[in-house]
Order: sequence, then structure tokens, then C-alpha cells
Amino acid sequence: MLAAAVNTEAYLLLGALLFTMGAVGLLVRRNALVMFMCVELMLNAVNLTFVALSRQLDDLGGQIAVFFVLVVAAAEVVVGLGIIVSIFRRRQGATADDLSVLKG
Amino acid sequence: METIVFVVGALVCLVGAAGVIGFRNPVHSALSLVGTLFGIAILFIALDAEFLAAVQIIVYAGAIVVMFLFVIMLLGVDQEDDIRLDPLKGQRTAAIVAGVLLFAGLAAIVVLGAVTGEHAANAEVQPLVPNVEQLARSLFTDYLFAFEITSVLLVIAVVGAVSLARHRKEAFIDELPHDELPPVVAPDVELEAVSSDEVAS
Repeated sequence: MLAAAVNTEAYLLLGALLFTMGAVGLLVRRNALVMFMCVELMLNAVNLTFVALSRQLDDLGGQIAVFFVLVVAAAEVVVGLGIIVSIFRRRQGATADDLSVLKG
Repeated sequence: METIVFVVGALVCLVGAAGVIGFRNPVHSALSLVGTLFGIAILFIALDAEFLAAVQIIVYAGAIVVMFLFVIMLLGVDQEDDIRLDPLKGQRTAAIVAGVLLFAGLAAIVVLGAVTGEHAANAEVQPLVPNVEQLARSLFTDYLFAFEITSVLLVIAVVGAVSLARHRKEAFIDELPHDELPPVVAPDVELEAVSSDEVAS
């Protein structure tokens, strides 16, 4: 394998930045759908890290892991959007603040 | 050459991510999520993971974002929400501080440490064999059990989605009186004592 022009640290830093942006968005936004998108952002940051280390270590296992993360993300989105749809059927609010039924 | 690809891909990713957080309309957030996913796919190609780049576009940008948009349109929640509104006092500041700390920690690990680890023992990347062939060989030999378990996970997700989306007449959450809804049951009636036809009447 040829020597990499961009070293792995750059990819790892980009992954860290994307993960942080996803985490901050998850904490800041209140729309449940946008919160889900931020979770996808964090998953993608981790995928980028996996693939970067896969190239660094010449190991295909990282790419296999990304493959499984994709499957889990698809399943998670299906179930999560199902939950959101069944919540929306009862009430109009889209935000996490409206879902305070369990509040004591 | 790879530097240019990396810079372009990283910029696309970061602009898209900022859009996901910043746009007030959920539709715009979903569309800028496509930008981020596309940037990640560019970086996958730069990292010699061609199959994952294609899957990224097909599964993420093709299926998952379309599903997001479908739910947004179906529920009619494409109204804008006010970002400046801060119902939990100090939560936004705390979130940004936590984000800065998180990034500082992650960056410190990357910058101060070095990438270590053993090179692959049995799943080594061979530069002359196509990426798809290597992935398929590895997936259907070493990771066959995980692959089969994945199908169980997908079946569970489908069953869960169907049972969630089904319209149930006597769901418990529906019987609780809520301020936006007219109370379905009389307040002094015990929840256990209500039969389904009473609720329907």
C-alpha cells in the first residue's frame, strides 16, 4: 500500500469534530426528528474513524464494522421513526419538551 | 492530490453538519444531512473503501434521509421552531461547554497520542484485490455469524415498526388525560376498570 498523503490524524480530528457537532446538536435541538439526524451525524463520525484506522492498520475489520454500523443505523431509524409517528398521532408538538408525561 | 480531496470532503461534511444543527426547518436539516453523508462518502473513496462509499450513498442518502423526509411530510411538522427559545435555562450554554470539553478531550487523544495497534493478522488489505471482493470474502467467512445475526436484527426492527405503526384502540398512553386532549375517561374511573368499548363510546 502506498504511503498516505493525508495522515490518519487529520481524519481522526475530523471525525472528532463531527462527533462533537452531533452531540451538541443532540443536546441543543428540541425537535425529535432533528435529534435523530444528529445521532446519524455521530454514527457517521464514528464510521469515518473506523475506515481511517482500517487504512492505517491495513485491516479490513474496520470496514466490516462500518458495514454493521450501517445496518444497525437503518434498524434504529426504522424503530425510532415508528415511535415518533405514534407519538405524533396523539399530540401536535414536535419537541422533546412536549413529552413530559412521565414527569412526577 | 489526496489533500485536495480531503479538504473538499471535510468542508462538505462540516458545512452539512453545521446546517443540521443550525437550520430551523427540519426539511433543511435533512437536506444538509445529505451533504454531510456525501462528504463522508468522498472521504471513504479517498480512504480506499469504495464499497462503503457506494453503500453510504445508497443506504444513507437514498433510504434513510428519504425516510426522514417522508416522516416530516407525513406528519406535517415542517414548521420552523424557534432556535432562540431556551426553555431549560442554561441548557444551551451547558451543552456548548460540554461539546467544547468533549472535542478537547478527543483532540488531545489524537494529537498527544500516536496511532498504535497491531497490523491485521488475518484480514489484511491486499492492494491488488478489489475492495468488494475482499469485503465479501471476509464477511462470508470470518464474520458470517455476525452477518446472520444482522438479519435477525432487521426482522426485529421490521416487526417493531409494524407494531408501533399499527393503530391500537386501547393504548395506555391514549387513556391518560392530557391538557391538549379532551379527557377520554372520566377522572374518577380507574384505568384498569375501563374496557375497550367504553373508551370507544
